Amino acid sequence: MNTYGYLQQFSNLDFTEIFSSTTDADILKIIAKKELNYHDFLQLLSPKAEDFLEEMAQKAKLNSLKYFGKAILLYSPLYIADFCENQCQYCGYSVMNKFQRHKLNFEQIETEARAIHQTGIRHIVLLTGDSRQTTPISYIKKAVQILKNYFDSITIEIYALTKIEYAELIAAGVDGLTIYQEVYDEKIYDGVHLRGPKKDYKFRMEAPFRGAEAGMHSLNIGALLGLNDWRKELFLTGQHLRFLFRKFPAVEYKISFPRLRPYHGSKVKTIEISDKNLVQGILAMRLYFPQIGINISTRESEHFRDNVMPLGVTQISAGVKTSVGGYSLKENEENQFEIADNRTVAEMKKAISNAGFQPIFKNWF
Amino acid sequence: MSDFILGGKKFKSRLLIGTGKFPQKETITKAIKSSESGIITLALRRVDLQSVEENILSYIPDDMTLLPNTSGARNATEAIRIAHLSEAMGCGNWIKIEVISDQKYLLPDNEETLKATRILVKEGFVVLPYISPDLMTAKKLVDAGAAAVMPLGSPIGSNRGIRTKELSQIIINEIDIPVIIDAGIGAPSDAAMVMEMGADAVLVNTAIASAENPDKMAEAFKLAVQAGRIAFISKLGAKSKFANPSSPLTGFLNS
Repeated sequence: MNTYGYLQQFSNLDFTEIFSSTTDADILKIIAKKELNYHDFLQLLSPKAEDFLEEMAQKAKLNSLKYFGKAILLYSPLYIADFCENQCQYCGYSVMNKFQRHKLNFEQIETEARAIHQTGIRHIVLLTGDSRQTTPISYIKKAVQILKNYFDSITIEIYALTKIEYAELIAAGVDGLTIYQEVYDEKIYDGVHLRGPKKDYKFRMEAPFRGAEAGMHSLNIGALLGLNDWRKELFLTGQHLRFLFRKFPAVEYKISFPRLRPYHGSKVKTIEISDKNLVQGILAMRLYFPQIGINISTRESEHFRDNVMPLGVTQISAGVKTSVGGYSLKENEENQFEIADNRTVAEMKKAISNAGFQPIFKNWF
Repeated sequence: MSDFILGGKKFKSRLLIGTGKFPQKETITKAIKSSESGIITLALRRVDLQSVEENILSYIPDDMTLLPNTSGARNATEAIRIAHLSEAMGCGNWIKIEVISDQKYLLPDNEETLKATRILVKEGFVVLPYISPDLMTAKKLVDAGAAAVMPLGSPIGSNRGIRTKELSQIIINEIDIPVIIDAGIGAPSDAAMVMEMGADAVLVNTAIASAENPDKMAEAFKLAVQAGRIAFISKLGAKSKFANPSSPLTGFLNS
């Protein structure tokens, strides 16, 4: 069975009915359970569970301590190109946005790598826009080979590839794949992805599966929160992960909770998710999967990031630039999205220590 | 108390400790001191020789024996690659084989572990394999030349005491090389118990690293391991399940 087929079984789930019949006693019982099923997880995402965030937080903290101890990994994203063939309503890279696009040459990539390496960062996420024409696999592969001389772990966050292409990049030095479904609701997906290769909902949905088959060591999935009811989106993210986990138990899994951030000229109508609900979502996920990584990016503010660290966060980005060439070239102002936490790596490292955690820079080879 | 011999070296302490999961690297140095441990395991994936400040080795006293582990390996090939990397990085020729192909329960893959052990022993490594407590695997590891076997006490993160007691006891009884109970030791009382059972040593990481006071907890484990060892040597009194019967069934033999 593929991911799409697996997730279909939840398509008729009556969220309203389950949420309205959830009681205080249900939530307390679920928090005390050792192993949660999908129904438990859904109830933790219910409005009722909002009254038990402290209880959930205490359990989440214990779960995280058992599996990860007091350590948080730092990483930085590296944007090497922003050419894109998609028209996605929520993204600054959309083909409809007119701005000077950039693609780093290999010398510039090395300069950026050196600049990031100097901050102490050893794990990076390599990003491009979705343009096979301007940034083909051969270009990305060469970039990976250069970056491998500077970094211990390279995760790619690029357009969806075939299994063979993933295997090719793994052989070049990639160990992780980040790919968000953006929105699990198929209709909404269709409505916000107006054109381009990304319009293919199913091809994107099976990408993590293909990556795992190709031999990825870690997979990071997530839904872009703000395009649909967050409770449904996080529920399906959880089921997506559950499916992958059973198929590929050797993979290290991570989940991100990207809240939609504005970009210059954004038109999409967003459904806000409050800080309280985002915390609820993170806690529910931590209780459902005690052993997965939780990734919080600079889409979130300093205040928010500092306070969620003890709730089960295992990795956090720092010193982030979301523009192409942002670390060393400084000629480019167009960001994919506006970041909310501008702290440098050194500042972030200090914040992690202050929260009682050990900042980790290297956790791969 | 008799010395603990492992990989041809003598150690005073029967407590092995780990470097992961501590709130600060400085805490590790203190905990090492209080534990009086002579052997420390570290995940090679965490070792960064390029950075003095971030290099975990800077926080470990020189006289300690390093036991790098292959955390991150999913099969024998990856474990062997990591062992080679470890030696090339100057971490010595001791290696703890950790092959995990299931991230949910984090249970070791005994078959791949055995494969990696056979090859690395031939290459001259001192190999300490981390295994699910299975007697046949343990026997094959002895034949392969492992320096010790390290059965898990409980699945990682379960914190519910020693869940593999009977199976571990069988290994302790039947295996002549050192048996080091690893993983799942959540409290000093767990450590004392497995030492009473006759384990040669224990490895403790999370319980020390994630304690409110790692330094004191390291000391507590040191004492617990010593107490358990002394109890084992002193031979615990038999725990009889039966009261002495007033009408013995075999009394007629004496009349």
